[in-house]
Amino acid sequence: MITVLALQLDRAARRLFPFALSVLLVVLSVVPLPVPGYGLVVPSFALMAVYYWAIHRPDLLPAPAVFVLGLLEDILTGAPTGLNTLVLLLVYGVMRNQRRPFLGKPFAVMWFGFFVVAPAASFAHWLFASALAGRLVPAHTAFIQCLLTLALYPWLTWLFAAGQRAFLRRN
Amino acid sequence: MRYAAPLKAAAQRFAFLMLIAGAVGLIILGKADAILIERLRVAVTDAFAPILAGLARPMATVEHAIDEVRALVHLRSENERLWQDNAELKRWEQLARELAAQNQALRETLNFVPHSEQRSITGRVIADSGGAFVRSLLVDAGTRDGVAKGQAVVVGQGLIGRIAEVGDISARALLITDLNSRIPVVVESTRDHAILAGDNTDLPRLLYLPPNLSLAPGTRIVTSGDGGAFPPGLPIGTIASVGDGGVRVQPFANWSRIEYVRIIDYGLKGILGPLDPLPATARGKRGARP
Repeated sequence: MITVLALQLDRAARRLFPFALSVLLVVLSVVPLPVPGYGLVVPSFALMAVYYWAIHRPDLLPAPAVFVLGLLEDILTGAPTGLNTLVLLLVYGVMRNQRRPFLGKPFAVMWFGFFVVAPAASFAHWLFASALAGRLVPAHTAFIQCLLTLALYPWLTWLFAAGQRAFLRRN
Repeated sequence: MRYAAPLKAAAQRFAFLMLIAGAVGLIILGKADAILIERLRVAVTDAFAPILAGLARPMATVEHAIDEVRALVHLRSENERLWQDNAELKRWEQLARELAAQNQALRETLNFVPHSEQRSITGRVIADSGGAFVRSLLVDAGTRDGVAKGQAVVVGQGLIGRIAEVGDISARALLITDLNSRIPVVVESTRDHAILAGDNTDLPRLLYLPPNLSLAPGTRIVTSGDGGAFPPGLPIGTIASVGDGGVRVQPFANWSRIEYVRIIDYGLKGILGPLDPLPATARGKRGARP
């Protein structure tokens, strides 16, 4: 009985890994670093996480979890409530439906896909932010942020993949 | 069993659409009824504040270690510079004493009623604005420490923003460079009033300046105290450029390393609420509130 419970707890903890890691990344992304202007162009770790898990294990990062993640990012970064939430949900929805072509493909294919998704997400973000502000907001920081997100994607993928291998082996 | 899978997919799709609608709803709700959303934001921020404070500390320690080494390297030249600064400041101190005495004498002759005492609360920055479209900071001081909405946020060199949201143990400062920031200011030398409006660039703009005003770059801009939330005369910056893009102000604050801020409690409620897009209309709206 106790072993069954322990096994279930163990399984639940393992299944929580993608969401927990994503929350941790969102929290870490707002920690001030002693780099001038870093706060403005901090790469979107949440976007990377949503993209990765929507393709590999959408069952472990369901849409409500993405919603919570986006909301947390909005609140911690001081963005208008719902803005990141909407962008992340849209990315998640698209990737969950289009995941088949990416499964089992080499990393380069994943990265290439991200080169389409990340700029599109940045653009959507800028569009919504502009609509909310009632005018076109400057986009240069968003552009740099997008480049950084693209550049750091391989490292984060490595982290996600390592975690997936360690905690989420399918039996 | 055969029908279960399509049914499940349909339910999933429906749930997804509901979440999208929820996100859009939050955006609209945030625009329409700020109070409810603000409560949610403040609650979440307060919950994460201790974690963020814990994470910010090691970062600060690393930064201090680097600073220590840098300081050792520049010890000699730094000392030289401080000697010069000290001599200069002694002269200013003398002048300030004379002016204070004169001011006191003049106040006595005029029976001047002094303004309410101001006090300042020090807060540590625990989160940077991690976004391309907002300019704000999270500070580890809240209502418990006497922080209230609308108070001025200052670093050593000058004003950097005002408190826009406040929780028990944390508060969000909206920086003067943010798109939604509007600060009543005055040109120090000419006493012309204006509004300092952020537009997400590093150099906020001066709006509603009197026409035909000739301003030279380098002129100091300070808070006017209009609206009551800020003490008058807080330094903000100097005029950086005058041109087609309007009059732009270079803030005194060094944005690259803001670790601690001072929040100035002026003892007045003030009329500047969070994210008021237009100062003129906001004034009417706020005035109506109890």
